Amino acid sequence: MSQFALRRSGSTRVLPGFGLSMGISVLFISLVLLLPITGLFGQLAGLSLAEYWAIITEGRVVASYMVTIGAAAVAALVNAVFGLLLAWVLVRYEFPGKRLLDALMDLPFALPTAVAGITLATLYAGSGWMGSWLEAIGINVAYTWVGIALAMAFTSIPFVVRTVQPVLEDMPVEVDEAAMSLGATDGVAFRRVIMPHLWPALVTGTGLAFVRSLGEFGAIIFIAGNMPYETEITALMIFVKLQEYDYAGASAIASVVLFVSLALLLAINIWQGRFVRRLHGGNA
Amino acid sequence: MQRIGDAPLVRRLLITAAVLLSGLFLLLPLVAIFAQAFSQGVSVFWSNVSDYYTLHAIGLTLMIALLTIPVCLVFGVALAWLVTRFDFPGRRLLQTLIDIPFAVSPVVAGLIYLLLYGRNGWIGGWLDSYDIQLMFAWPGILMVTIFVTCPFVARELIPLMQAQGSREEEAAVTLGASGWTTFRRVTLPNIRWALLYGIILTNARAVGEFGAVSVVSGAIRGQTNTLPLHLEQLYQDYNAVGAFACAALLALIALLTLAAKAGLEWRAARREAFA
Amino acid sequence: MPLSIVLRRSLLALAVGATLSSPAVAQERELLNSSYDIARELFAEINPKFEAWWEEEHGEQVEVSQSHGGSSAQARAIMQGLRADVVTFNQVTDVNVLADAGLVDEDWQQALDNNASPYYSTTAFLVRKDNPKGIENWDDLVNEDVEVVFPNPKTSGNGRYTYLAAWGFADEQFDGDEEQIQDFMRTFLANVVVFDTGGRGATTSFIERGIGDVLISFESEVNNIRSEYGSDDYEVIVPPTSILAEFPVAVVSPNAERNGNTDLAQSYLEYLYREDTQRLLAGFNYRVHHEAVVDEFADQFPDTDLLKVEDVFGSWPEAMETHFEGGGMLDKLQRR
Repeated sequence: MSQFALRRSGSTRVLPGFGLSMGISVLFISLVLLLPITGLFGQLAGLSLAEYWAIITEGRVVASYMVTIGAAAVAALVNAVFGLLLAWVLVRYEFPGKRLLDALMDLPFALPTAVAGITLATLYAGSGWMGSWLEAIGINVAYTWVGIALAMAFTSIPFVVRTVQPVLEDMPVEVDEAAMSLGATDGVAFRRVIMPHLWPALVTGTGLAFVRSLGEFGAIIFIAGNMPYETEITALMIFVKLQEYDYAGASAIASVVLFVSLALLLAINIWQGRFVRRLHGGNA
Repeated sequence: MQRIGDAPLVRRLLITAAVLLSGLFLLLPLVAIFAQAFSQGVSVFWSNVSDYYTLHAIGLTLMIALLTIPVCLVFGVALAWLVTRFDFPGRRLLQTLIDIPFAVSPVVAGLIYLLLYGRNGWIGGWLDSYDIQLMFAWPGILMVTIFVTCPFVARELIPLMQAQGSREEEAAVTLGASGWTTFRRVTLPNIRWALLYGIILTNARAVGEFGAVSVVSGAIRGQTNTLPLHLEQLYQDYNAVGAFACAALLALIALLTLAAKAGLEWRAARREAFA
Repeated sequence: MPLSIVLRRSLLALAVGATLSSPAVAQERELLNSSYDIARELFAEINPKFEAWWEEEHGEQVEVSQSHGGSSAQARAIMQGLRADVVTFNQVTDVNVLADAGLVDEDWQQALDNNASPYYSTTAFLVRKDNPKGIENWDDLVNEDVEVVFPNPKTSGNGRYTYLAAWGFADEQFDGDEEQIQDFMRTFLANVVVFDTGGRGATTSFIERGIGDVLISFESEVNNIRSEYGSDDYEVIVPPTSILAEFPVAVVSPNAERNGNTDLAQSYLEYLYREDTQRLLAGFNYRVHHEAVVDEFADQFPDTDLLKVEDVFGSWPEAMETHFEGGGMLDKLQRR
């Protein structure tokens, strides 16, 4: 089997294990990932194209796409700024408590989403620590669209920080020293020198955060008001269809989310691959 | 030599902003969990945690995590080896497929397993005729947990193994080492920290999974109730303190996870400094 | 408790978890009761009493386990293989779904007294101290300044009862004038501030988050909430007209047969009709049928005109189809 690798890559690769690793990977992906998904399409097979279209374009479902995509976009954009700030501070500065702050970044990944959900709802409701304070200045978070975005931002912030951080770390010191010695201000130098290196990672991280937010359910459901046309997310629509014993309907809406998420992920992967190649080409 | 953003004012401003925002946004929820859990004193917390059903839920949750990790480990290493050491058509597709669990909402993940392995499903119906039950028993919980956690190890390993390249391994093989020896002696030492980190993330997610598990578990107290499900039930029973006691346990696991990870990184950094 | 004991116990629980889940190891008969999510405390009281009674009568030790979730989710789980012996639901439709799938006998409502519903309840209001908005009946809920909290009828049986009760009231009020009823319902639904997915979520929104002026839920539930959260801060209002909410029970025959539990399952359901069990149910603020118990608790349950779903809406399947299915009346009323 190693001849295959040799032939394909045209280099002098001699490593063993192609067959074994291919076997395990393909078997696992087929059994664990792809086979169950065929079950989803099995459900869809019972629908005609017109029925499928009617389900996924029903007014309330479309409204839920808008809410989900809108809130996820806001959450991703906020995270792009906040995540960049955090990554920058963690890489560039030394200060007491830095290690603690760094460890804290992974908290949303490590904390079960249901726990995050009830905690955020407790904190940001009008009676909570944050909520009472925010309400005093006229901002309602819980049971509004803001709450959905907040829960999404919380669960997806690590994507941005952890994608940007290593790129910032690898950036050569000379780059910005040169800019500064030429007398550029911080703002200009950051925009002209740092950002060109950073934005691919930033876009990747933000994209991953966005995709993650599209599917989130556990953390959001407690803090969203679930009002039709206003604060219903798409994951809730799937849940509702299930309650009605409508497997086909649930599968139809689920398939839309699945397609969008997979297309986005594939785009990110391809784009990232291109970029890495270009970057390496440019450096050589 | 000055670098961008090194001016004391900018520096202080940015650090303050980062610490303040993280404190409010990330740390405060954590504090709130423990504040709620201990709001009626330590003894109430203990009586909630040492309740038989809570202990059973902890046991089941740990068992699921312990069974999930080796499966994800073998798969993660195999896939990472495959996509970083060989070039073949469909490589990029394979890398995207592994992201499916990230793209699938956990509730949908549970649903697709139920549709296939439930009594009305293609495979489930056939198994049912042999009196084998997967869904609403621990094997079902294990299956969906593996589904949602399988990308973590692979995703940790792939960038690292890509960056390291395969020269060392090629040299070892050329010198006559067997494949297994090469992997054990050359690859493993290079990737072990990333591997551990992947395991830690897998464990964290396996312990905390809610959406997918809730669909396939049946939530039978003392049988198929995992800790996150138990938490939700307590919350529904107006036992907010008990719910937050479970949340505190899960948060504690999360904190241990973070501490373990920070420790690993610190160790790796020190090794690098000495190297 | 010392940590070592806790650790040992959790390891024990781990081992128990592994063995209990494999069906082959069960030594004593085990009955699984699949129930709606807010009945956990109730059956946690009933089950040990039944176990003791069974042992006394038959000299056999049995164990009753509980599975709880939304009533529809539970029915779905049973269809997909959850091996429950009996169901104790809060929705007739969810038992009907099982009957359609052949898991419950066609004539299950005749198998036990009172339409196979050992206890019942109705829909009532919980308002804040001194009832500041003066809410006494359904038409007070459509006032402009009233904020209403009840669970989503799409996801919760509890929410469906509230919707049907309001509709039933308007039907009487407007003498069946469809247009006026719809206007009433539209205003009523527009006053809802949070649509939680289940009854307990709505309670949390109303109590812990302080949202809304009135929480609508089962009478049993609002009474339980009031005793749980302090009778000084809340008041229970039972409107003069409301809906009959039956709590149907049935044996899941194929599962009970397979588990060798047919006799046990039937006895368990019959046990719910016994005088002491009915007293226990009344203690949980459910209305019951046993006459002695009814007299005993007479002042706890105000006289209410209870509408039957069958009388107002024809039948449960008709009510479901007209009002709650995708594109039905509920969707129409909520459309913008």
